[in-house]
Amino acid sequence: MSYYNTKGRIFNIQRFSIHDGPGIRTIVFFKGCFMRCAWCCNPESQSYDIQQMTEKGTVKTVGQDVTVAELLPELLADTAYYRRSGGGITLSGGEILGQPDFARDLLRACKENGLHTAVESTGNAPYENIEKILPYLDLYLMDIKHMDSEKHKEYTAAPNGLILENAKKLANSGVELVIRTPVVPGFNDTAEEIKAIAKFAASLPGVKEHHLLPYHRLGQDKYDGLNRNYALKGIEPPTKERMEYLLSVAEESGLKCQIGG
Amino acid sequence: MENIQFVIEKSARIQKLIDELYAKMPEIESARGLLVTESYKTTEALPIIKRRSAAFAHILRNIPIVIRNNELVVGSATVAPRGCQVFPEYSYEWLEAEFETVATRAADPFYISEKTKEELRGAYPYWKGKTCSDLAKENMAPEAYEAFVTHGIYTPGNYFYNGIGHVNVSYDKILKKGYRGIIAEAQEALDKLYVSDPEYVQRTNFLTAVIESCEAVVDYARRYAKLAKEMALKEKCPVRKAELEKIASNCMHVPEFPAADFHEACQSFWFIQLLLQVESSGHSISPGRFDQYMYPYYKKDLDAGKITQEQAQELIDCIWVKLNDINKVRDAGSADGFAGYGMFQNLIVGGQDIHGLDATNDLSYMCLEASMHVPLPQPSISIRVWNGTPDSLMIKAAALTRLGTGLPAYYNDEVMIPSIMARGLTLEDARDYCIIGCVEPQKGGKTDGWHDAAFFNMCRPMELVFSNGVDKGVKIGPDTGDVTQMRTFEEFYEAYKTQQSYFIKLLVNANNAIDVAHATRCPLPFQSCMVEDCIGRGKSLQEGGAIYNFTGPQGFGIANNTDGLLAIRKLVFEDKTVTMTELRDAINANFGYGLQGKAAERVTSEIACELAKEGVEINETAIRMIYDEVTTANALEPTLRARYREIKRLIDETCPKYGNDIYEADMFARDVANTYTKEVEKYKNPRGGIFQAGLYPVSANVPLGAQTGATPDGRLAFTPIADGIGPASGRDKKGPTATANSVAKLEQGIASNGTLLNQKFHPSALAGMSGLTKFVALIRSYFDQKGMHMQFNVVTRETLLDAQKNPEKYKTLVVRVAGYSALFTTLSRSLQDDIINRTEQGF
Repeated sequence: MSYYNTKGRIFNIQRFSIHDGPGIRTIVFFKGCFMRCAWCCNPESQSYDIQQMTEKGTVKTVGQDVTVAELLPELLADTAYYRRSGGGITLSGGEILGQPDFARDLLRACKENGLHTAVESTGNAPYENIEKILPYLDLYLMDIKHMDSEKHKEYTAAPNGLILENAKKLANSGVELVIRTPVVPGFNDTAEEIKAIAKFAASLPGVKEHHLLPYHRLGQDKYDGLNRNYALKGIEPPTKERMEYLLSVAEESGLKCQIGG
Repeated sequence: MENIQFVIEKSARIQKLIDELYAKMPEIESARGLLVTESYKTTEALPIIKRRSAAFAHILRNIPIVIRNNELVVGSATVAPRGCQVFPEYSYEWLEAEFETVATRAADPFYISEKTKEELRGAYPYWKGKTCSDLAKENMAPEAYEAFVTHGIYTPGNYFYNGIGHVNVSYDKILKKGYRGIIAEAQEALDKLYVSDPEYVQRTNFLTAVIESCEAVVDYARRYAKLAKEMALKEKCPVRKAELEKIASNCMHVPEFPAADFHEACQSFWFIQLLLQVESSGHSISPGRFDQYMYPYYKKDLDAGKITQEQAQELIDCIWVKLNDINKVRDAGSADGFAGYGMFQNLIVGGQDIHGLDATNDLSYMCLEASMHVPLPQPSISIRVWNGTPDSLMIKAAALTRLGTGLPAYYNDEVMIPSIMARGLTLEDARDYCIIGCVEPQKGGKTDGWHDAAFFNMCRPMELVFSNGVDKGVKIGPDTGDVTQMRTFEEFYEAYKTQQSYFIKLLVNANNAIDVAHATRCPLPFQSCMVEDCIGRGKSLQEGGAIYNFTGPQGFGIANNTDGLLAIRKLVFEDKTVTMTELRDAINANFGYGLQGKAAERVTSEIACELAKEGVEINETAIRMIYDEVTTANALEPTLRARYREIKRLIDETCPKYGNDIYEADMFARDVANTYTKEVEKYKNPRGGIFQAGLYPVSANVPLGAQTGATPDGRLAFTPIADGIGPASGRDKKGPTATANSVAKLEQGIASNGTLLNQKFHPSALAGMSGLTKFVALIRSYFDQKGMHMQFNVVTRETLLDAQKNPEKYKTLVVRVAGYSALFTTLSRSLQDDIINRTEQGF
């Protein structure tokens, strides 16, 4: 069976994405995640099951099963834009490592069509799954959310041990690695916490960039649509001043830092 | 932080100029109207071309002149800032009828004093039956007139009521030779003329009219020189005194003679620009390639150390402010269509030179900088883009776009040049194109483009298929059969084409009738002397003096018709889930929905009038009942209403829509667009040129939408029609790249009168250098796929909503409306809503 027939489960395709990797990109959102981050702005991504979600009064189905071949035409539709902007495809989620074979085959098809490829992932999976995708991957956007495993677990339902270990392996793999940190008030928005992450990021060989992504509430309504409770109700996004302060803290590591992707 | 070339500080003078210009509501003045009447009364024995030059000269020698505080470049058509003169030789009845409402209307209000009203009332009787508009009406076939005035299938109202404008004259020639040079040229042509020449009379009349007009312009400039000198004598401040003295010396020298320095070139340019708009009421007098023809004067002064970049920038900024000093009052209907005091003075930078090499220079950047310093609607600044356009110029343009004034508009050389070459331009001329008005390409100084000749509402022929050619109870279209008896989709589509082709024929008749009226009653010797080959041919532009002659009426409604036809094909003929009878009835019943806003009020009053005619007593209660029914559709039988709503739901949710990068839908849209463009190009105009279609509505998609019932794409009655060649409002779900891919599938090159794609962005999409770079890539990618034009609104929805609520806070908020930028708060409410509702792109 050709790898073009590999089937995966996704819940969205977003074209003209300009904050997740270089240039103008199309993002494929995988369904299913190993973690349950309290701030997650795509709660419909978490369960692998195909779900019903109410949006602006209408119920819609979240999740569909597609093959690489079915997906490819839409990913190639914006080739002119990738070429001009240095953009390409980003696989996001959910957690793409939940469907490693699909991720690998999709990336392979993209590479065969000359596209730049990136993934957004926490890396919270056995390294052998990560290794599967590396031959077809140009850029790994990796989330490091907290250096304290306890607190990490409290907010994401997963400890950080495997993530940090995989980060070190990835850093030695030759793939371009960018570290990204969602800055969530009450979770990791102190200078100490950001500094610790930045220090770790800087210790990884080959890592040049560290991005701080300010927490936002744009996904809040989706929790209602899924009949779920939003744990961070009442939490305000960090102010611009706060973000700039934390940016200056992160920059002490010597990495190239920026706010936003 | 961001390395954007040529960031030059804005001088304090510029804000002062802007503040003074916008201190109060613009005013209508009577001077020109009275002077033209006075002159016409004394020249009845003369041929028309000499009456025109005599009137122009009389106006220029007597119209009040003013030098405003802080100005470096002088010359104003009105004493009041942003005021307007009137042009009764074109039409006047509409203004007289609107004297009492023009100051309080929603779109583009103008103050008019009692004295002005009185004076104009005194002048108007002279014009009865003598205007250009009167003759145009007489010239028109009755059915062409009815289709325009009574049925609104198309509207050539712009040229029916006003001057043509829409021209780019040879500014470079005047800068180089001065009007003394033009006079010499005309004199030489006169001298060469054989007395036996069969056109001796016409040529002599035209050439002497040219000379008389140019002499008047020279005298007008001298009046300014004298005024400046007088003001300088009285001026206490030594700095201003020196400025006034320089102004006086400039105005003594230009535009009569070649410009000696950059400041003189700026002054000379301005007199040309201003006086074209005193001779005629035509708008879209477009400066064109300003960065090209002004560059030699800038470079010379810069190299000689006579001027700094800052000084040159200040002068350019002054011109930018002056371009907003010119204004025009339109009838209330047109004001809705051209909302925002639009003058459409299009000025374009960059692109290729006649050799096909990149033409970008310092002034290209400085013009964009000027538009940052002067965030006002004028000039409509544009940029020509090709592979050789430096990224730095694109980034600069993108940085201007990010400010949210809707400027600049981006044009693709690689589509424009072959497109107009296919219309007969030489390669060199095509490479030297500029943009007129909204989006229309022409080779400046050689063309009478009659761009913007009419709006053709493509949704109306579609309506007429359902009624078999009947509108308002009258059979106006061809017989295409009972729609409910049509057995195939092809039959329906053919019927649409038949209806549309018939009305295109009538449109051509209407345009040509108006064309002849302008040649007969309003030839323009001054404008003509700056367009080749009027002097050589010895005739005005209006009589066919230009090298290239076109008539460009623009169609709109492609997206609605495409979506509608796709829905009919799927629901009626393929799935057979809706019958044609049901669809027709659903459309007639507005899909079971009530009407809203002004449309509801209008229909209520129409019904009330009908009932009153039938003898029914109409009181307040009756009106309220009618209004309730109109707004709720409650009078409909509930099961029918539910069915009609279900039909709309099927259309909305199950049928493919143009604008989502769906190959089949987009290719169908291409075919629909061609039903208009390929039909229009079959016809010829009286100036010896051809018709060429444009595809853009300016902002007429809103007022003309308000005259269009529900359409089979699920669009509700009287709501706006799709804007430009973009998808219907809210139908594009996949973002800007998908939209651009769809639109790029249209055959745009054939629409050589211009196409228009509006995209709206949230400012965050252009944040930082990285945002600008990606934005530039988006434009270049659309252009790689043969897109012709692209423009952007970058403003938040919240801002616009707040501006609706608190207009006083947003007096200078500029948004891109269609082919031009306008002050948001001066737009009608419905147009404001349309802008807000356009899908906000950029996630």
